[in-house]
Amino acid sequence: MESLSQKQKEFRAFKSLSNFSTANNANYYLLPFRFAALNTEREVLVNEVGDYLMVPQGTAQRIVERRIKQEEELYADLTANFFISQTPVPPLIDVLATRYRTKKSFLDDFTALHIFVLTLRCEHTCHYCQVSRVTQDKSAFDMSYDHLDKGIELMMQSPNPNVTLEFQGGEPLLAFEKIVYAVRKAESLARQLGKQLNIVICSNLAPLTEDILAFCREHGILLSTSIDGPSNLHNANRKRLGNNSYEMAVKGIERARQVLGEEKVSALMTTASRSLDYPVEIVDEYVKLGFKNIFLRPISPYGFARRNVRKNSYETETFLKFYKRALEHILAYNRQGYHLVEDYASIILRKILTPFPVGYVDLQSPSGLINSVVLFNYNGKIYASDEARMLAEMQDDTFCLGDLNKNSYEDIFYGPKAYEIAQNWSNESLAGCSDCAFQSYCGADPVYHHATQGDMAGYRPDSGFCQKNMEIIRYLLELMDNDQEVLAIFSRWVSNC
Amino acid sequence: MTTLLHIRGIARGINSPLVGRVTRNINKETELSYFLLTPNVDTKTTGHYIGILTSQQYEPTAQSGLPVVYRLATLSHLEEGDIVVVSPEGNVNTLYRIGSRHNTLLLTERCNSNCLMCSQPPKDRDDIPYFVWLYKKLIPMLPKDCRELGLTGGEPMLLGDSFFELLELLKSELPETELHILTNGRLFAKSELAKRYGDLNYRRSMLGIPLYSDYYQIHDHTVQAKGAFTQTVSGLYNLAKYDSRIEIRIVLHQLTIPRLVKLAQYIYKNLPFVEHIAFMGLENMGYARSNFELLWMDPVDYQRELTESVMYLITQGMNVSIYNIQLCLMPEELWPFMRKSISDWKNIYLDECQNCSKLSDCGGLFASSAKGAHSKFIKAFNS
Ligand code: SF4
Ligand code: SF4
Repeated sequence: MESLSQKQKEFRAFKSLSNFSTANNANYYLLPFRFAALNTEREVLVNEVGDYLMVPQGTAQRIVERRIKQEEELYADLTANFFISQTPVPPLIDVLATRYRTKKSFLDDFTALHIFVLTLRCEHTCHYCQVSRVTQDKSAFDMSYDHLDKGIELMMQSPNPNVTLEFQGGEPLLAFEKIVYAVRKAESLARQLGKQLNIVICSNLAPLTEDILAFCREHGILLSTSIDGPSNLHNANRKRLGNNSYEMAVKGIERARQVLGEEKVSALMTTASRSLDYPVEIVDEYVKLGFKNIFLRPISPYGFARRNVRKNSYETETFLKFYKRALEHILAYNRQGYHLVEDYASIILRKILTPFPVGYVDLQSPSGLINSVVLFNYNGKIYASDEARMLAEMQDDTFCLGDLNKNSYEDIFYGPKAYEIAQNWSNESLAGCSDCAFQSYCGADPVYHHATQGDMAGYRPDSGFCQKNMEIIRYLLELMDNDQEVLAIFSRWVSNC
Repeated sequence: MTTLLHIRGIARGINSPLVGRVTRNINKETELSYFLLTPNVDTKTTGHYIGILTSQQYEPTAQSGLPVVYRLATLSHLEEGDIVVVSPEGNVNTLYRIGSRHNTLLLTERCNSNCLMCSQPPKDRDDIPYFVWLYKKLIPMLPKDCRELGLTGGEPMLLGDSFFELLELLKSELPETELHILTNGRLFAKSELAKRYGDLNYRRSMLGIPLYSDYYQIHDHTVQAKGAFTQTVSGLYNLAKYDSRIEIRIVLHQLTIPRLVKLAQYIYKNLPFVEHIAFMGLENMGYARSNFELLWMDPVDYQRELTESVMYLITQGMNVSIYNIQLCLMPEELWPFMRKSISDWKNIYLDECQNCSKLSDCGGLFASSAKGAHSKFIKAFNS
């Protein structure tokens, strides 16, 4: 009894902090992490699940050389955030595993987005578009009912309980009767199978009518349109008889907002060469039109598919200048209390600032090709993404997964072409990306690298994709590191998504 | 106002503890489960009560067959319908107060931790069989419209099988009551235990689990138990797997403040599944009193850290509350998160507060803070 109460007394006596260390000497163990310089003073450390620490230059070296002392605050930061461990295997490794699984869980459900290119016909002749045709010949460039049926049936075979049916063109509203047919068919199948169906029409809104709007409202359809900037810029980019593309789009947006509601209308911007001089004006235009989001999309290289390294890199640099200037302007709006989100940054920031999965087709690993998106072309051919069919328009069928007339679900989604692409769609295993600090914020893009470098894996030092993402990610981190207010704005962006 | 929960008198005819409701109403219809409260016992006091509780100074001669506790200093703190346990030694402890929203069942005073700021320091004696017996009697007597009930310790999970027996009893007897269980969560590191709790599917039950740092050494030091951080975080993950409802509780003091913002980030990044996060001012009781020098920090001096932590979590869409801190010590942007959290029986206001225009919105202080153990900056708002 005596010794028991003695023991209890000892148990209840308070001990000091040092008694609770589990490090058995000055040594510690490294967990997988990557690092990169942010600028001449600072560097960023990123752990296996994308949590970051921004620290003074030289910290990674001190860590690796085991020079971090237990008394340093950084020692606790590194331990708490899974950069180092007092034991070879950290006691909470299961937490890390669960978090990794969560981050990659955008893969769980497989393909969601199914793009149907209803027609190549269009009454616009945008100079950056390679696919549209100004023609009255429906039979040559419209998708057949038979292909529509087969595409929708394939979509319904996706294991994903949420599928998105997206109509593109050309101008899909020119084939509105096909939209009506496809929507009715998809809805009835979705009901039978218990799937959630989302429907999107990508349109320049010029052919919009009240009948079309009424149909969209009845079926909860989202309209996605294009606004490239102020009227003269927009109209110069997006050519049309009458030179009134802008006016038509704005009128369409207003009317659609009235009928469908604000949240059912969104706009995308395409940065053409001539846009690069107007970052501020473009942002102002989006604010003027009352948008809360703007997506600063880079020029797509596919129109030219050029393998000219110098030119690609020059254009990426110009784009980055444009992007930063526009982002600064967007941040200025946010500082004044106008909540305007830049979508590309916000996708990256969600990966940096949240523990949740972020599946965005153009910026994920494994890539969005097949895993998240598939495209059915007007002629029945099936492609791994929208960019893949643009290549096809230039006589490059590398990313053609099959044909609606000939192939089964298994052929298309698990066939040899899918295997070939899969060799190169995870940045975890791509040369250059595998040890890149930004790996978990970035993605893999076999189509881009095939188009610009002639090889799906690609070569990072010359890659415009890498050049662009590396700089945008670095820039976003640097902005947050320098300014608490920017961090607060960014946090608002990601929590609103 | 603070309230008395324990009185003592002289017992007669009580061989083992008795549990019952109290009434002042002679000839109560269902008198069989009642103690009669009366200032003096005379021949008119008839009926089949469990017993009589009286402030009468001398041993009553009437009703000599009934258990009695006399010479009780006061009975005025007991309300019609309150439930008490009366011991052979003459202790009358209030178990349940009908007019309170802060009823708590203390399941044991044993604990596997020894937190530096524990307000109710653990005792190393085996009280579990007694408490289990007591609550098995009490729970069926509790009013069905009881809105909230707390379970606390010590460490309730030390009850083992009995914990689950009590929980099932609560679930069937009080299906409408919100249950709030305070546990250090360490034992849930055993996934079987988390599964067993999850399998109960008790949607009105929420576990309040403390996490004092994102760094194991500081948490372990605070709770004075090696390995506690790893056990608690593993426990939280095991509980999340079964979709259990969880609240994280953080007591604010010198050891927790320096990494508070980092802890908030850790919670969002690693524990985004928790339903609520409570930041709590220190109660100057028990161990906190002995470790005052090591722990105490004036809330005014941690305004910055607390504001940053709360605002961070709010922006991420998490639910946050601040407990036990006075309005005049916090910036206005935090007021929407400040709750009147101090249990009514130990809640006071200072003289200064009597002139304060915010008195009715403010949660006031712990009674234990009365004698100077409170912020130097308590200052009435002028209307
Ligand atoms: S593409 Fe470039 S920035 Fe992206 S992960 Fe690969 S190396 Fe890093
Ligand atoms: S003076 Fe008293 S009542 Fe007023 S805010 Fe301060 S603590 Fe609360």
